[in-house]
Amino acid sequence: MKVLVPVKRVVDYNVKVRVKSDNTDVDLANVKMSMNPFDEIAVEEAVRLKEAGTAEEVVVVSIGPDKAQDQIRQAMAMGADRGLLLTTDQDLESLAVAKLLQKVVEDESPQLVVMGKQAIDDDRNQTGQMLAALLDWPQGTFASEVKKDGDKLHVTREIDGGLQTVALNLPAIVTADLRLNEPRYASLPNIMKAKKKPLEKKAAADYGVDLEPRLTKLKVTEPPQREAGIKVESVAELVEKLKNEAGVI
Amino acid sequence: MAVLVIADHNNEALNDAVFKVVSAAQKIGGDVDLLVAGENAGGVAEAASKVAGVRKVLHADDANYGKRLAEPMAELIVDLAGSYDAIVSSASTDGKNFMPRVAAKLDVMQISAITAVESADTFVRPIYAGNAMATVQSKDAKKVITVQPTAFDAVGNDGSASVETVGNGAFPGISEFVAEELTKSDRPELASAKIVVSGGRALGSNEAFEEYIYPLADKLGAAIGASRAAVDAGYMPNDYQVGQTGKVVAPELYVAVGISGAIQHLAGMKDSKVIVAINKDEEAPIFQVADYGLVADLFEVMPQLKDAV
Ligand SMILES: Cc1cc2nc3c(=O)[nH]c(=O)nc-3n(C[C@H](O)[C@H](O)[C@H](O)COP(=O)(O)OP(=O)(O)OC[C@H]3O[C@@H](n4cnc5c(N)ncnc54)[C@H](O)[C@@H]3O)c2cc1C
Ligand SMILES: Nc1ncnc2c1ncn2[C@@H]1O[C@H](COP(=O)(O)O)[C@@H](O)[C@H]1O
Repeated sequence: MKVLVPVKRVVDYNVKVRVKSDNTDVDLANVKMSMNPFDEIAVEEAVRLKEAGTAEEVVVVSIGPDKAQDQIRQAMAMGADRGLLLTTDQDLESLAVAKLLQKVVEDESPQLVVMGKQAIDDDRNQTGQMLAALLDWPQGTFASEVKKDGDKLHVTREIDGGLQTVALNLPAIVTADLRLNEPRYASLPNIMKAKKKPLEKKAAADYGVDLEPRLTKLKVTEPPQREAGIKVESVAELVEKLKNEAGVI
Repeated sequence: MAVLVIADHNNEALNDAVFKVVSAAQKIGGDVDLLVAGENAGGVAEAASKVAGVRKVLHADDANYGKRLAEPMAELIVDLAGSYDAIVSSASTDGKNFMPRVAAKLDVMQISAITAVESADTFVRPIYAGNAMATVQSKDAKKVITVQPTAFDAVGNDGSASVETVGNGAFPGISEFVAEELTKSDRPELASAKIVVSGGRALGSNEAFEEYIYPLADKLGAAIGASRAAVDAGYMPNDYQVGQTGKVVAPELYVAVGISGAIQHLAGMKDSKVIVAINKDEEAPIFQVADYGLVADLFEVMPQLKDAV
């Protein structure tokens, strides 16, 4: 089967993002950008399916600025076969991204789409579920294990109470959680090889999809700051403070 | 105006979060109805009718809703959506699973994990692991919203709503439940506990959690949490993870033991009322959010702490 993996270029997870002083947005000037960590896990899973003979081809797609080529190349260095970049300078919302991905799915006819559960910039956690809805496909979200069993896909999901396994008809959408796998580092030879793999570019605007945002960002502010606390010297002092000062025990 | 709240439950009991989600729904305005979709969940529907401020409870009962899989749930909610201006659920793993599916089917952009309601169309939500708060206004005629329950006060338990049966019997049949492995515990639920004692990578094993974390938690009647590192290493199950991509908690007291305080962890606990950090590295970032920091070896002080409380 063919597997499609959507990857997003986002601020690196180590960056502590700051709010702009005019409160219009966060300040992303000169910060390090990377592939969304959950998408690395998705790429790894797709590549493992290929290595196991379950998948024949792994196609990576990103929607974003021209620079998102770097993340597609990284996915190809990890083992994806080819890439597709839908270029846009707009900061698209999940619904618009899902509609674009729907078009890509119609063009590419994958049997499985593996994506991240959440992009760590906007923390929305919804694109995979939306794509599944638009396609009327089943969804295996927050996956910690994926196994093909005959014509079904068994997905184990990380839920609030523990783990849940569902069986999905194919084609299906899977969104990766942290413990699905540990993504590999691309080796230097594979990074070189990835430079020769095909990467097609198209304009997102050419897909005939409504990309207008539905949400207006009125302002972006600092979260409430906690007042600096104190260091206690001993367990006895800690317990005394918790009982008499904070009154929480 | 009318708002439909989707209730979290496990067919036996209504989840505590429902009382907080209803409180958020009331801030949006208008009548609030509560949907209980489950299997043999009559008792839950009954309990839901007591949630203060609810106009009516819609009860859909079928084996297909037993595990609240996204495909049948979305079908049901979309079918009911016509009479509502907003559809709201908790940002639980159930809500996060089916709500975006509902949103896309209604051609709506979901507003995820809100922490405040400014008006019927304007909401506040954390972005970038809680390092910034965005105020967003929705242009969609119908709103689809998930709520961070810890950010809202619970409504009371003295309502008397009527219960109405709903359900159109249309099931997509493209997914099925196979099995589940639920964590059993007599301790309070992590997401709503008044006190949480969390352990990190420093514990080094599940046995160390049992020896150094459990006794304090049990003495305080606390829930137990863990960092991602502790969960990844298999010291504790996945549902104990606190953080940006785990559970968000805001207890009266959060005790972080052997946790460094990465931004992804802070995102899940920095709204706790009082934070205690125990870490042997005085430079650990967790101390920047702690009200009381104790620089010490956890293996030495945790037994003392248990005895002293
Ligand atoms: C996409 C993504 C999502 C993530 N989501 C989450 C999330 O939801 N939740 C989360 O927690 N993390 C999350 N993380 C991981 C996060 O970045 C950190 O790696 C993780 O929180 C570290 O866990 P830790 O503090 O237990 O371990 P460490 O960072 O290794 O810290 C261990 C601490 O223990 C202290 N210590 C060691 N020995 C002792 C001792 N004997 N006594 C006292 N102190 C001691 C050390 O000084 C150190 O500070 C995420 C990361 C990514 C990339
Ligand atoms: N611009 C994008 N390009 C490609 N994939 C995306 C994009 N935005 C979101 N995704 C995918 O959708 C997942 C969930 O994102 P979100 O719903 O924004 O949290 C991500 O982990 C990606 O796999």
